Amino acid sequence: MTQAPRLKWTRKDLLGIEELSREEILLILDTAPQFVAVSARESGIKKVPLLQGRLVVNWFYEPSTRTRTSFELAAKRLSADTLSITASASSAVKGETLHDTLANIEAMHTDIVVIRHSYAGAPHILAQRHPSHIVNAGDGRHEHPTQALLDAFTMREHIRAVRQDPAAQLDGLRVAIIGDITNSRVARSNIWCLTKLGAQVTLCGPRTLIPPHIERMGAVVTTDLREAICDADVIYALRIQFERQQNCLFPSVREYIRLFRVDQESLRLAPPHALVMHPGPINRDIELAAEVADSARSVILRQVTNGVAVRMAIMHLLVNSGRGGDGA
Amino acid sequence: MSLVIVNGHVIDPASARSERADVLIEGTRIERIGKGLKGGKTIDASGCVVCPGFVDIHVHFREPGQESKETIASGSRAAARGGYTSVVPMPNTAPPIDNAGMVEFVIRRARETACVKIWPSACATKERAGQEMTEMGELKDVGAVAVTDDGSDIASSWVLRRVLEYADMCGLTYLAHCEDASLMEGGCMNEGYNSTRLGLPGMPREMEEIRIDRNIRLAALTGAKIHIQHVTTAEGVEIIRRAKANGVRVTCETAPHYWMLTDEAVTTFSTNAKMNPPLREAADVAAIRAAIADGTIDCIATDHAPHTFTDKDVEFHLAPFGIVGLETALGLVLTGLVETDLISLERAVELMTIAPARILNLPIGMLREGGPADIVVFDPKKEWTVDPAVFASLSRNTPFAGETLRGQVKATLCDGNVVYQLA
Amino acid sequence: MNSDNGPVCETTVVMEAIAMAAAIHRMAQEIVAANEDVSSLAFLGILSRGRPLAERLAAQIDQMTGVAPPVGSLATTLYRDDLRAGVGTVKIGGGTTHFAFPIDGKTVVLVDDVLAAGRTIRAALDEVMDYGRPARIQLACLVDRGGRELPIQPDYLGWSVATRPDEWVSVRLREMDGQDIVLLERRSLTDGEGGS
Repeated sequence: MTQAPRLKWTRKDLLGIEELSREEILLILDTAPQFVAVSARESGIKKVPLLQGRLVVNWFYEPSTRTRTSFELAAKRLSADTLSITASASSAVKGETLHDTLANIEAMHTDIVVIRHSYAGAPHILAQRHPSHIVNAGDGRHEHPTQALLDAFTMREHIRAVRQDPAAQLDGLRVAIIGDITNSRVARSNIWCLTKLGAQVTLCGPRTLIPPHIERMGAVVTTDLREAICDADVIYALRIQFERQQNCLFPSVREYIRLFRVDQESLRLAPPHALVMHPGPINRDIELAAEVADSARSVILRQVTNGVAVRMAIMHLLVNSGRGGDGA
Repeated sequence: MSLVIVNGHVIDPASARSERADVLIEGTRIERIGKGLKGGKTIDASGCVVCPGFVDIHVHFREPGQESKETIASGSRAAARGGYTSVVPMPNTAPPIDNAGMVEFVIRRARETACVKIWPSACATKERAGQEMTEMGELKDVGAVAVTDDGSDIASSWVLRRVLEYADMCGLTYLAHCEDASLMEGGCMNEGYNSTRLGLPGMPREMEEIRIDRNIRLAALTGAKIHIQHVTTAEGVEIIRRAKANGVRVTCETAPHYWMLTDEAVTTFSTNAKMNPPLREAADVAAIRAAIADGTIDCIATDHAPHTFTDKDVEFHLAPFGIVGLETALGLVLTGLVETDLISLERAVELMTIAPARILNLPIGMLREGGPADIVVFDPKKEWTVDPAVFASLSRNTPFAGETLRGQVKATLCDGNVVYQLA
Repeated sequence: MNSDNGPVCETTVVMEAIAMAAAIHRMAQEIVAANEDVSSLAFLGILSRGRPLAERLAAQIDQMTGVAPPVGSLATTLYRDDLRAGVGTVKIGGGTTHFAFPIDGKTVVLVDDVLAAGRTIRAALDEVMDYGRPARIQLACLVDRGGRELPIQPDYLGWSVATRPDEWVSVRLREMDGQDIVLLERRSLTDGEGGS
């Protein structure tokens, strides 16, 4: 059994990890296990009525099957009604402003709006001016808080099982994040989340893809894969995007593979117990070798499963903590 | 009828005057400056400073082309409200001011609609494309007072060299917007810890500094005058300082937001913290302040850049650069520079009057008997709160909304007419 | 359900260990008498104290009939209506629903220590139905303190006591609290979780 903290959730929105305290993060992580159980029900309905009668809108400016379906499933398993809006189908194409689009959505009485946007700060400026509970599903390069939370949850779930300690936390855990750090909101949110939980973060990637001053966020930086993973408990590979090549950021995919790919060969440099994680979708054999992705070290599918539970926990906390939203 | 401004503290840096005195105005001219003067109408300037109307050599009035943001008329009213009697609008309008007809258009519109003096600038290259020089000789003849491609730098060193030589020949100063745009990949704020933390593409200082250096070197090569616009970085100031010491004919300006704010202001993603060049970090603010104190910065220019609420009410990435500045300048100068004992009140007035006037050789920025009655009366101690809703400008994009500043304009006179008076 | 409102001002003993054992024994007899086919019984103890009570009932039935009905736990936290209204606080980590047997076609006996408003039982009914389709559901409670807000009544009851709004029934079990006793506590009222 896990601890039962008495902290109450007080925020209207979940916009990022940077502003959360360690206690708030743990509240989410400790709320999630009961939702893991709901999704794991073998016989019986994988649903609880916590968001019955509530409306959750998924508003995605960028295409994303994985995150969008995870949020949709989470909402449905809480018995909420869901609605998905993709930007290409919405008025954004006709030039409607961000604020107008949300106001129009809210006129239909929404409770939660999950938004993914290509520009940093979009969820933040919306949250300031609109009453819905806003969940940031990724804003440009800035943050992807639910990803970091499900990643931390997965890491903790694993170490609790391995150490047979149901109260273990992430303090002292060594996590190496490998890849295009500059363009990664997953990296930023993970740095905040892991450092607040007491873990040590090492970032590794081509120099051209490491943003200036990122050490000030609390991470160690190296461009040497061996150095990054030689004592890592978790190796987290980020997706590399091919378009970057044209911008003179790295010379070729081939070179990237040689220097930074997480594969059987590079894993020989890592401790045998090290976990392999990836936010998905994977470019097989580019940043992560196929056999590693499918190996016993990999908890990538666990991340996906936990993603639904963590998102259920977040939506429940936002709506049922007694503030904001339409039906409060 | 004559008008007399009484009981004020007259500051005129051009004549090194700073004393209690009255100013008598007859028609459009200053008749006398002295003690115990009397006239037909009276303006009581007790507790106030009486000085030359301020001069802003860097504003953006959006006429022609984007009149919903600002017109020459509304911009002039904003100027008057801020204590300015002369402004130099930049030529990056739509279409740009790159030929004599457009200069004449600005002059005509100013004559018809403006309440303060408009001194037009013109583009240095046709369409601001950085390729072909404009006909600067003719532009000067029809009334342009400076040339600039402001909004952009001239990318080709060859072209800039020739522009500097030719402008100097025509007696025009080149106003240099220093920016190496190739270092910027969609940048929208200073490159530093905050841009990394917020996930916003950055604009490194080097973008500005590389071009300040290059532009000054070309000025030195040609012997021409060059004026560096909106300086924001410590190193930029240092480059200018060294160039001056080496005898290069360089002057420079900075805007109030560069000594008031840092890139921390971007944290809330408010687009009123987005301008080009961007807000920098604390060390740069300190260096700008030091440069103002030691005279490396020659004058203050607001870079007044109006945008409608709708234009700015978008995602940070997409918002246009710029903030308004005419109506908050005095307050920010006094609050940020004088109240903090960085410079004296007299020096502050100098930076806003005769100093910018001299850079462009304009016959303004001073109080002299027989000269034009371009005067501002302001209360240096009065506290007031910035409320964009009462701005005379058509635009409201200021990061200082709700701030309490010290130093408020009481009255502005242009050619002897009261063009603004605090209610 | 034990509540953590306000400080206790006064305590009265309602049932001592012997009376509790006798009540549980009687309830077991009633369950056997009411259900011909003991092998169709399945006990779900409502966390937290319903579980040990359910185990005791099952053990008694095993002694009486030689058949030991299976016992599981029901958390009900995710089904509480006060959570949906944003009134209650999520009590996390209080245990999760867990039972290792199918319930379709069974006679499910819900077991709780104290019955009050009836909302916990309502939540338990909703949760059980989400897991399958029992043939019937029955309710066994050790103590009924009254204050019903829903039309829910126990099939098997240990003891009934009338209470005032500022009085709470607190059941202690040796499995969890080291002793068997039922107390009537008068507390100062504070805002908090609704009654069960």
